[in-house]
Amino acid sequence: MALLSIHQYLTTYLVFGAMLFSLGVYGLVTRKTLIGMLIAAELMLAGVSINFMSFNRFLAPDPSVGQIFTLFIMAIAAAEAAIGLSIVVAVYRQFKTVDAEELVNLKG
Amino acid sequence: MTPVPPPTLFSADGMVGLVFLIMIGVTLTGGIIAATAERLIRALSGIVICFTGVAGFYYFLNSPFMAMMQILIYVGAICVTISFAIMLAAPEEKLKKSPTNLLSGPIGFMIAALIFAAMTMLALKTDWQASAKIASGSVREIGIHLLTTYSMVFELISIVLLIAIIGAIVIARGGRN
Repeated sequence: MALLSIHQYLTTYLVFGAMLFSLGVYGLVTRKTLIGMLIAAELMLAGVSINFMSFNRFLAPDPSVGQIFTLFIMAIAAAEAAIGLSIVVAVYRQFKTVDAEELVNLKG
Repeated sequence: MTPVPPPTLFSADGMVGLVFLIMIGVTLTGGIIAATAERLIRALSGIVICFTGVAGFYYFLNSPFMAMMQILIYVGAICVTISFAIMLAAPEEKLKKSPTNLLSGPIGFMIAALIFAAMTMLALKTDWQASAKIASGSVREIGIHLLTTYSMVFELISIVLLIAIIGAIVIARGGRN
C-alpha cells in the first residue's frame, strides 16, 4: 500500500499544486463572466500557495519564511478580490452585464 | 526519505494516508466544480470546498497556523465577498450558445493540460536538495519574524490592504448619487 504514504513526499504536493494551477488556467480562459475569471484566478493562487508551503516544509532551512510568504500571498489575494469585485459591481452598473465578450465599447 | 515499509490500512499511519487520499479527492472535486460549473454560485461552492481541502494540505505540511488562516481569509472573507458580488451583479451566465471565442473549448483545455504536464515533469525530474533545518517554523517563530525581519513588509501589506479597501468602496460607490 505505497499509496497510503504519499503524503510524505514533496512530489505529491508539487503535482497537486500544478493540478490546481492548471485548473485555474483552464477556468480563466474558458469563463465568460468577470466573476468566473476571478474565481479561477483564486484557484491559481491556491496552487501557487501549496507549492510555496511544500518547498517550505521539505527544503527550506527556516520553515517560517515560507509560511510568512504564503500569508502575504493571502493578503494580496484579499486585496485583489476586494478591488476586482468592486470593479465588477461598477461595470455591472454601467453596462448591465458582466459578460466579458459584451464589454466592447472601444471596439472599432 | 528513509525507505520504511509502507503502512497497512488499519494502522495509525495507514489511516493518515487514507485521510490524505480522501482530502486529495475532495479538493480536486471542488477545484473541478469551480473551474467548470455552469452557474457561478455553484462554482463558488466548489471553490469553498477546494479551499477547505487546501487548508487540510497546510495541516499536512506542518502548519496548522496557515490552515487556520486559509479558512479564515479565503473561506471566511474572500468567498463571502465573491458571493456578495454574485448577488449584486446577478451575472447568470447565458445558457444559450453565444459565439464561442477561440480559447474556450479544446484549445483552452490543451493549454491547461500542457502547463500541467510541464510542471509535473519539472517536479518529477528535478533532484530536490533538502537543506538542514535551522528552525522549527512554529507560530512563535512566525510572530518573531513578522515583528523583526519582516516588520517593514508587514506594515506595507497593511497599507496595501487599507488602500484596497478604500479603493473598493470608492469604485463601487461611484456613479451613485
